[in-house]
Amino acid sequence: MGRFHRHEDGTAHTHDEDHGHDHGDHSGYSTGSDRIDVLERIFDENDRVAGQNRADLTAAGVFAINLMSSPGAGKTTLLAETLRRLSGRTRIGVIEGDIETSLDADRLQGFGATIELVNTGNGFGGECHLDAPMVRSALTRLPLAELDLVLVENVGNLVCPAEFDIGQQARVMVYAVTEGEEKPLKYPVMFRACDLVLVNKVDILPHLDFDLAAFYANLTRVNPGVRTLEISARTGAGVDEWCAWLSERVATRVSA
Amino acid sequence: MHELSLCGAIADIAARRAGDRAVEVIHLEIGQLRQVVPDSLTFCWSMLTASTALDGSVLDVERVAARLSCRACAAEFGLTDSFTFACAACGGLDVAVLAGEEFVVTALEFAPA
Repeated sequence: MGRFHRHEDGTAHTHDEDHGHDHGDHSGYSTGSDRIDVLERIFDENDRVAGQNRADLTAAGVFAINLMSSPGAGKTTLLAETLRRLSGRTRIGVIEGDIETSLDADRLQGFGATIELVNTGNGFGGECHLDAPMVRSALTRLPLAELDLVLVENVGNLVCPAEFDIGQQARVMVYAVTEGEEKPLKYPVMFRACDLVLVNKVDILPHLDFDLAAFYANLTRVNPGVRTLEISARTGAGVDEWCAWLSERVATRVSA
Repeated sequence: MHELSLCGAIADIAARRAGDRAVEVIHLEIGQLRQVVPDSLTFCWSMLTASTALDGSVLDVERVAARLSCRACAAEFGLTDSFTFACAACGGLDVAVLAGEEFVVTALEFAPA
């Protein structure tokens, strides 16, 4: 009987002492005539492709960010401001996840970055997230050897994207202060998955009954010690600091 | 919302392991830290498997409670309904997840031959 566990570095696997890691037909190992043990992780296929993505990015010396948020939190505006500041000195590729349209990708044209669109509506039922195979298809169309940084704009959703590793080196969340202080407690998996939380739309704080200290206290309950930056993608406040955070990571990326 | 794609992954595993036998029950272990709604999973399963070899099979979900341990004082504790990841004993914030992230197909049951 195998044993599933998850490591500190986020990887996980099943130890199957009796018959190794064979994932083929186990019909010979029936515990009774009508039942077989399987012990196969449901994310195995996604995580395998995510590993390929990560290996390709690392080999090409590219740093990749998985940018996640709820709809309307300001991911696309922030990306446009990021491209405006960095595209002269950093070679950037953007992967846009959008259910049906190219509206977001259209807004990012003209900054010198290479844009690849993943229309997730092509999948059965329309997907609410990017998974590793979707990102892989876009990655293979990007000229990775000529890039330093890949920014992946995930589908606007606080639930599903947190569950799927796409092969990124860092997960960043754009949270808007208009969303309310309690969001970290309602979507703990998303907030817990992030390496950096950008607190956006701080320019309109004077007009809101929003308790910033309460938000940070809630965030600490689900992701103690996570890095945060207060920004306004609209006014540009804090965006230079965000770009500096990105540039630091691009400069120290692992290169093959 | 992502239950449909999860069902697709479960169906792939079940079909590959079952061969030509008729699957009646697919046993799953799903950790508390996984954002999966069992009712939604069941609904998506019947929709996805209709008119396939897995038509009529059911999912049996065993939820696994989250277990955390504190790196400062070594206390082990579960999650309250508010998902606070601080140590229940000392309040420390450096906490390891021991269980609760499982998402595994554990076993298949077949119709008698």
